[in-house]
Amino acid sequence: MKKSIALTLLIAGTLGAAASAFASGHGDPRARFMAANCAYCHGPDGKSRGAIPSLAGLEAKYFVDQMKAFRDGSRPATVMQKHAMGYTEAEYEVMGKWFESHK
Amino acid sequence: MTIDRREFLKVSAGAAGAVTLSGLTGCASTSVAGGKAKVVVVGAGFGGSTFARYMKAWSPNTEVTVIEPLGQFVSCPFSNTVLAGTNKMEDITMPYDYVKKAVDNWVADKVTAIDTSKRTVTTAGGKTFAYDRLVLAGGIELLYDKVQGYDAETRKTIKHAWKASPDQTGVLRQQLEAMPDGGTFVMSVPMSPYRCPPGPYERACQVATYFKKAKPRSKIIILDGNPDVASKKGLFVAAWKNHYGYGTADSMIDYRPNNMPRAVDAKKMTVGTEFDDVKGDVINVVPPMRAAAVCGMAGVRNGNNGNWCAIDYLTFESLDVPNVHILGDSALTNFPKSGSVANNTGKMCAYALSEIFAGRKPDQSPVVTNTCYSAGSDSVAFHVATVFRWDPEKKALVPPKGANGVSKEESELEMAYMDSWAKNVWADTLGLPENYNFTTKG
Repeated sequence: MKKSIALTLLIAGTLGAAASAFASGHGDPRARFMAANCAYCHGPDGKSRGAIPSLAGLEAKYFVDQMKAFRDGSRPATVMQKHAMGYTEAEYEVMGKWFESHK
Repeated sequence: MTIDRREFLKVSAGAAGAVTLSGLTGCASTSVAGGKAKVVVVGAGFGGSTFARYMKAWSPNTEVTVIEPLGQFVSCPFSNTVLAGTNKMEDITMPYDYVKKAVDNWVADKVTAIDTSKRTVTTAGGKTFAYDRLVLAGGIELLYDKVQGYDAETRKTIKHAWKASPDQTGVLRQQLEAMPDGGTFVMSVPMSPYRCPPGPYERACQVATYFKKAKPRSKIIILDGNPDVASKKGLFVAAWKNHYGYGTADSMIDYRPNNMPRAVDAKKMTVGTEFDDVKGDVINVVPPMRAAAVCGMAGVRNGNNGNWCAIDYLTFESLDVPNVHILGDSALTNFPKSGSVANNTGKMCAYALSEIFAGRKPDQSPVVTNTCYSAGSDSVAFHVATVFRWDPEKKALVPPKGANGVSKEESELEMAYMDSWAKNVWADTLGLPENYNFTTKG
């Protein structure tokens, strides 16, 4: 992998821990579905294989702040500005809480 | 043929007794009354496998049966990199073991009949399975008859490679390897809508990246049935210019719009269009296509002149036949026919049915997304990304402002993301464990 890519990925930062978010039958089904929408890029349970950052275990505030930054363009993005424009701020909160509680 | 199942469903016993069904008019009143709902899934690609896994996760009491004739999953996304020689067939082939473990019954067979009034599915092996809900995720059916001369004998030589397999993608790669330097590769693009809109243009890039290294005097002729590049046009044309001399006298790529292949001849090695016969050393024609044959068996292939299946966006239930849901490429929607969409709509259908089985109304404002990468060379890629949200006035899923677009330009970073996307969508679709050893090179 090229250096510039490695640096970008490092900045993106990831967390990881055990517990299956995928199999969880609890909580708000809509939040669970919204979070699962992210999985084809960010991995099942928000645990990514490869260069795309994991979402599992991120702090909710950090998640929401990043989505806002993607939306207004203050955080440079490839695909994420389009995704951020597709969800409401209330949905950022719901997804952020979901990923925070599923490590 | 092997049948791997924990329980064979006797038709006479019926499955419907346990469930109250509401049919076409919405599903608010449907609930599981002290019994298991029985869901039969036909096809274990990106749509069917994802649906089956999430259906079990979100509604563990539901009995899920998957019917799939193939022994392993072979990914169409990334299969163009096999043509480039970057990856091999085994790198894009993965086991069904983990999906099998997640569901109740796995039937390794082909479906031969569907009776939507009795709500049964019959396989070639003569077994019959009853359902409360049927999920058809069979992908596409290729229509060889629409191309003159594309008979069984010709198909031994001329490959479509639009369903990835050793006999298609693998053989096409061998043909490209055997082609002499200075040869001509003739490939086609079907008329929209077709599976994987950017796929043919990416294919040209991937074959060109191989030719550039191994056979630099060779040419690629793209016969496109469409009037123009049908997907990510600016990015593909830029990639052709940046890497393969497009627009110069020396271009490796000769792009010909409005050139629908009408005939193929494997002896003369020609593709006939309305205008002329185009000669190639290797020929790759993707015939016209429609929703999978199983959709015809269920009587749901009624949209778009009988080619695709019209669905209710909230549940993916057929607009024509109750209790039949259609996922992925077979569905008539405004979404691109991509792996990401099949994966995501598989979850949406599982979400809707899990709500219905729990006695609740399915989500009335769903969100579905598409993220699709294409490789312009062996080191750069670019994307299209879209979020589709329910619009109650249009009664459709449409992108909000700003939630749809493509890369500004190709990049190495997006190639790394494309590689990661593949691993994550495969893991999510097939339930591959965290320590699964992927071998692809992005």
